[in-house]
Amino acid sequence: MASTLWVGTRKGAFALRADTRRRSWKLAGPQFLGQIIHHIVQDPREPKVLLMAAKTGHLGPTVFRSKDRGRSWKEAAQPPAFRKSLDGEQPKAVDIVFYLAPGHASERGTWYAGASPAGIFRSEDGGDHWEPVAGFNDHPMLTTWVQGPGSPIGQLLHSISVDPGDPNHLYLGVSSGGVFESTDAGRDWTPLNHGCAADFLPDPDPAYGHDPHCVAMHPARPDRLYQQNHCGIYRIDRPSQRWTRIGQAMPKKIGDIGFPIVLHPDDPDKAWVFPMDGTTVWPRTSVGGRPAVYVTRNAGRTWQRLDRGLPRTQGWFTVLRQAMCADGDSKRLGVYFGTTAGEVWASGNEGESWRCIARHLPQIYSVTHAT
Amino acid sequence: MNCTVRVASPLRSYTNGSAQVQAEGRTVRDLLADLDRRYPGMRFRMIDEQDRMRPHIRLFVNTTAVDTLGDEVQPGDTLHLICALSGG
Repeated sequence: MASTLWVGTRKGAFALRADTRRRSWKLAGPQFLGQIIHHIVQDPREPKVLLMAAKTGHLGPTVFRSKDRGRSWKEAAQPPAFRKSLDGEQPKAVDIVFYLAPGHASERGTWYAGASPAGIFRSEDGGDHWEPVAGFNDHPMLTTWVQGPGSPIGQLLHSISVDPGDPNHLYLGVSSGGVFESTDAGRDWTPLNHGCAADFLPDPDPAYGHDPHCVAMHPARPDRLYQQNHCGIYRIDRPSQRWTRIGQAMPKKIGDIGFPIVLHPDDPDKAWVFPMDGTTVWPRTSVGGRPAVYVTRNAGRTWQRLDRGLPRTQGWFTVLRQAMCADGDSKRLGVYFGTTAGEVWASGNEGESWRCIARHLPQIYSVTHAT
Repeated sequence: MNCTVRVASPLRSYTNGSAQVQAEGRTVRDLLADLDRRYPGMRFRMIDEQDRMRPHIRLFVNTTAVDTLGDEVQPGDTLHLICALSGG
């Protein structure tokens, strides 16, 4: 299986391509130099198709589509946009298209997009025309669930997951706001946050208002979700309504703060995180300047440190929520991450050892795998 | 009415690289609609879904800043599409 890593950066899109053995990676690009690229996602139903979320410092947000594995791109005819606001309403406009997710395997051409300010959009024609998902964007509780500016770049709707067993069953995450679930194709939504800490709120167990950084549904066991939250690492096994803080098993001096969480494609007990310093003023860099990935192989009961090949000292990595991924080689899984300092690191053995496969890139926002 | 439109560099991917194009209309809104017909997608990068100019976009008719998209234009006017400073 040939591998491509699509790297979305603050200054354009890059591709790292490897042969089937993943020993040698070749950097190509940039494409869209100067544009802010938040996400590039392959369509698993039509692998030649890719979607890219883009904007520039001056120009508004849009989506580009490729039907030839990224050789050429065409802009969406109708990018994600909120409906026209009514008299008396606070007008809302998409500032960032942040997250892209293919729809259900049975719904060819269907895509979802998450935006800032918090909004979800759906396309049924391969990402050419987008419509707001009114059930969430106009939900009467939305302004109660989602309050404040969210992340430094605004509220972010991300981590849209479609249940492989039911196209009407959706999850999403909002920073900040929490995790929400729909069982009717997005017509209505319910918070799913109990058990998650929200140390920045006075209520010890609020129903919403949390800050999930990255939420991932296990593709082979969709009743299991993992979450790297602003306040820890969690797992939930539905139909439970309560998340369990599996990050409590992390070493105390490392903590369980970070942005991304990555799952094994077949084994629902395996997950990888990239812990960052969430003490004092929240540096959000590798703890002690010693970068490490941590893996659990038993659904969060224990964690192991994986740092062979990473800097032993003075490595102050920050890895953003969409900048870590795994490939599909389930026998010898490749795991990858990109840093805000423009380095891409790769492991061809489930994180046991690491090597830098690209450096000197712009600030990395996303790393995604494509075949 | 035919007007000249001066296009800032970030928008020239829509105009096949041209820094100056033509558009027709009686108001700025008309000109932007005509531009979007000729160069699909261009308007939304400048004007959001609530018909507001995006934060780093400025429009001028000749040397007068555009207040609203309903501002009228005269034949021979020049509409400047300016991308203001937006950081590094």
